[in-house]
Amino acid sequence: MSEILGGISTSHVPAIGGAIAKRLQQDLYWKPFFDGFDRARAWLAEHQPDIAVLVYNDHGLNFFLDKMPTFAIGAAATYTSSDEGWGIPTIAPVRGDQELSWAIIEGVVADEFDVTTCQEMLIDHAVTIPLQLLWPDRPPPVRIVPISVNTVQHPLPSAARCLKFGQAIGRAIAGYSSDEKVVVVSTGGLSHQLDGERAGMINPEFDQLCLNSLVNEPTKLTGYSTRDLVELSGTQGVEILNWIVGRGILGSRTREIHRNYHVPISNTASALQVLELA
Amino acid sequence: MSGAPIPGTYLFDGRMARKGYALNKMCYSFNDAKNRREFQMDEAAYCERFGLSDEQKLAIKNRSVLALLAAGGNVYYLAKFAGIFGLNVQDIGAQQTGLSVQEFKTRLASYAKFNAAVTAGGTSHV
Repeated sequence: MSEILGGISTSHVPAIGGAIAKRLQQDLYWKPFFDGFDRARAWLAEHQPDIAVLVYNDHGLNFFLDKMPTFAIGAAATYTSSDEGWGIPTIAPVRGDQELSWAIIEGVVADEFDVTTCQEMLIDHAVTIPLQLLWPDRPPPVRIVPISVNTVQHPLPSAARCLKFGQAIGRAIAGYSSDEKVVVVSTGGLSHQLDGERAGMINPEFDQLCLNSLVNEPTKLTGYSTRDLVELSGTQGVEILNWIVGRGILGSRTREIHRNYHVPISNTASALQVLELA
Repeated sequence: MSGAPIPGTYLFDGRMARKGYALNKMCYSFNDAKNRREFQMDEAAYCERFGLSDEQKLAIKNRSVLALLAAGGNVYYLAKFAGIFGLNVQDIGAQQTGLSVQEFKTRLASYAKFNAAVTAGGTSHV
């Protein structure tokens, strides 16, 4: 049986990639954000996961609106990043874990989640930045399984559906016959809105509710409709759906090891949360 | 989508995805540096090739983010258009809200007063 160690959830704001490239980690603006990762890295060093299951949303790199899967699972041996059009540096190709990819695909489809499977899948900043934050200045010492959630084109999957999808992924991982250790990395959010006259909105109160609920009461979040989530956390704040999928993977009880909330990073309320299985 | 409209907020749904398809497809092409150069060499011809509507062509010409959104643009694709001109999300945020870029950044920074409380909000759960 493979073992799920816990989950690390983090924002994936593109500007972070720029700051890493320019080595601004100790800059006054960036330091409180980057310093938050020391504890997450220590936790990873202590637990040494073999595989990272990454839950994120694509921003128009791999998926265009011609074909927009609600849930897509990568099943490639290698994942490459690419030019996204506004200057974020690419990273070296990242190794995939095809065995676990297919175990998850088989498990969730048997569980009535009819996913899109991707034997080729470009990874964008929502994958590359968290990898760089968690394992800075080196290739990540894990193989990855990227799982993409549609947070771009409405209708989006509901928060309730996302939690159930995560739970199905968790069952598939638990049933996977290997002795490897898995960390769940969920990316995006928290509150932010890039578009419209309401651009720049941030909602610390709702972000706090999300962070608190994700520890052991994720069903507090599944009562919100997509419209409610947009109103409370912004048009891009709906990326909290990725965190809800990730939380579903972890199962019933977790313990919060670490949290860092820092506004502003670019237009976003950035957050980092480390949850360990209780 | 049920519920009342959210002021200053546009949901990119099926209606907008249909309306904005050509515009977003053009912006998606800007993932490729060669296409960004081609656009800059002859903007009108490039818009024509992707079949943009007159409303979309005008919004591109005017670099108007709100007009691009109204014409069906999705912000993730529009960001690739903005990137051609070196504009980041504070620049487009300022444009949409009618603030200067500095005012927009100051407004974002005003939320920093909540950082300690939200970070500490987890301690009772540990």
